[in-house]
Amino acid sequence: MQQFLEILTKPDNIPIVFLLFSVIFFSWFAWTKAKKNDAQGFPVEATMDDKVQVWPYLVRVEFLATIAVMAVLVIWSITLDAPLEEPANRSLTPNPSKAPWYFLGLQELLVYFDPWIAGVVLPTLIIVGLMAIPYIDINPKGNGYYTYKERKFAVLVFSFGFLILWCLLIFIGTFLRGPGWNFFMPGEKWDPHYVAVLTNIDLSEMWPLNIATRLPDGSLNPASFIFGAVCVLGFYSLGPLYWLKYRNSDFMKKLGLIRYGTVSFLFLTMVGLLVKILLRLIPTFLGLNPVKYVWVTPWFNV
Amino acid sequence: MLEAFKKTEVYKSIFRHSYQDTQRNRALQIVDNVFLHLHPVRVPRHATNIGYTWGMGGITFLLFLVLTITGIILMFYYRPTAQYAYEDMKYLMNDVPFGPLIRNMHRWAAHAMVLTVMLHMFRVFLTGSYKPPRQFNWVVGVLLLVLTLLLSFSGYLLPWDQLAIWAVTVGTNMARATPLLGHEGPFGPELGMQPDNDVRFVLLGGTEVGPPTLLRFYVGHCIFLPIIAAIFMAVHFWRVRKDGGISGPETPKKA
Ligand code: HEM
Repeated sequence: MQQFLEILTKPDNIPIVFLLFSVIFFSWFAWTKAKKNDAQGFPVEATMDDKVQVWPYLVRVEFLATIAVMAVLVIWSITLDAPLEEPANRSLTPNPSKAPWYFLGLQELLVYFDPWIAGVVLPTLIIVGLMAIPYIDINPKGNGYYTYKERKFAVLVFSFGFLILWCLLIFIGTFLRGPGWNFFMPGEKWDPHYVAVLTNIDLSEMWPLNIATRLPDGSLNPASFIFGAVCVLGFYSLGPLYWLKYRNSDFMKKLGLIRYGTVSFLFLTMVGLLVKILLRLIPTFLGLNPVKYVWVTPWFNV
Repeated sequence: MLEAFKKTEVYKSIFRHSYQDTQRNRALQIVDNVFLHLHPVRVPRHATNIGYTWGMGGITFLLFLVLTITGIILMFYYRPTAQYAYEDMKYLMNDVPFGPLIRNMHRWAAHAMVLTVMLHMFRVFLTGSYKPPRQFNWVVGVLLLVLTLLLSFSGYLLPWDQLAIWAVTVGTNMARATPLLGHEGPFGPELGMQPDNDVRFVLLGGTEVGPPTLLRFYVGHCIFLPIIAAIFMAVHFWRVRKDGGISGPETPKKA
């Protein structure tokens, strides 16, 4: 426990403690506002649409907020020194080596994905996906007020992405990953000699298939390759299949093929992320060998 | 004395109007001030409600201003070379009056800014404020988010201590694996990528985090990224106004 508290109170980790509380608070806060708006059938903001003078009403709020923020910042800066460790030394690698906290969600994904996915493809998709949001969400409702009822899918998907895939992974990466990036529960000692008991296998090697990824001579087993390809490509073809089934609905017609393609690709990627994480975690909890790759190819592994 | 001063041409040339509490003066207070005229003269009441905006955009901007000021002060004491960087930090923390306070404020404001920009985005999403006509301002926002992260990340290296180089090493190691452009990425080697000619090499100015990296990150952190971020912020604020001010529900009464 001692060690957990130490990590928790490391100066550079304080922001994550703030993150924890503010994210929970604001989620709850937005949720109650949305519930209220949904229940009464019209947004509270609609009752506050009379115009007020910016001076003094808005400037006053800004002024007070400025004072509050500056007060917090100055107190924070007086009580807590920014870290300055030993001078840079290339021959002394700390274990674990961690990126700054806001990238730890991505570093955590390195457990489940190869660097080209976790470090390059996913960040790119996050940025592009975020930018695409206004253009793929064609639901005109819920513009300018809190609501859940009128845009369930959007709110659920975004909250899942932000709260679970971004924030939760940051917490795990910061607080629960020790030497060798091994998982330690709070209170458990960070043992640098810890060795994982279970060895990772590939999806095709799992029971009941038991198809080895590599042949005895070390070359790739075609059966495993094909199985992996079917899994990955089959998963992404759920998008087109769903489209074939519902393409004639009014909603799909309004959405259009390009928007639909973007939404389904991004959505499936997000779900796929979760599936891959669970393929690792569930067997581990059951004491089985966790899955490393779904699809092994000569050029890249997924 | 003060009354007499208020009658002089100097005073009038600066303030232009009296401070009597009239509707007209309240409006002039905004439009006659270069800083405040970022605002409209009047806004819908809910826009002044912290419960609606959480004030997170404004706080993010405030933190950016704090960072600019403290950052400039830090630049007086810091030399971006492997030889001096760490020594300068030590000197700043131990011998410069208020040195630790300035450095701490810079660092904590930077962390706080990453936090508030994320919360700002969360709020904008939950109020659906990216919907027409504000689609493009959301895109500008995403760029600001990326710039904020890059600013924070590039600053992380500058103390040149163990924490700094290893965090940046871990972060930039990803670039090796860039598909096509990294020497360990899919199809990278096939395209002739090696440790000394791929994207990571360009980023670091070498095959590992070294003195050239420090200089690169310093220039990016103190000049390039802040200027770009400031330009995008200008666009962002301008768009907030041009898109009809703070978002709010459609109401029949609304002008
Ligand atoms: C350096 C970063 C940023 C700064 C300084 C900033 C600042 C602001 C400010 C002061 C406002 C006025 C309303 C408010 O305070 O909430 C605003 C509105 C807005 N921001 Fe940002 N912002 C930043 C990043 C972002 C990001 C990351 C996004 C989204 C991805 C975003 C999207 C928007 C949108 C769509 C509005 C209009 C909201 C409305 O009308 O309700 N901004 N921003």
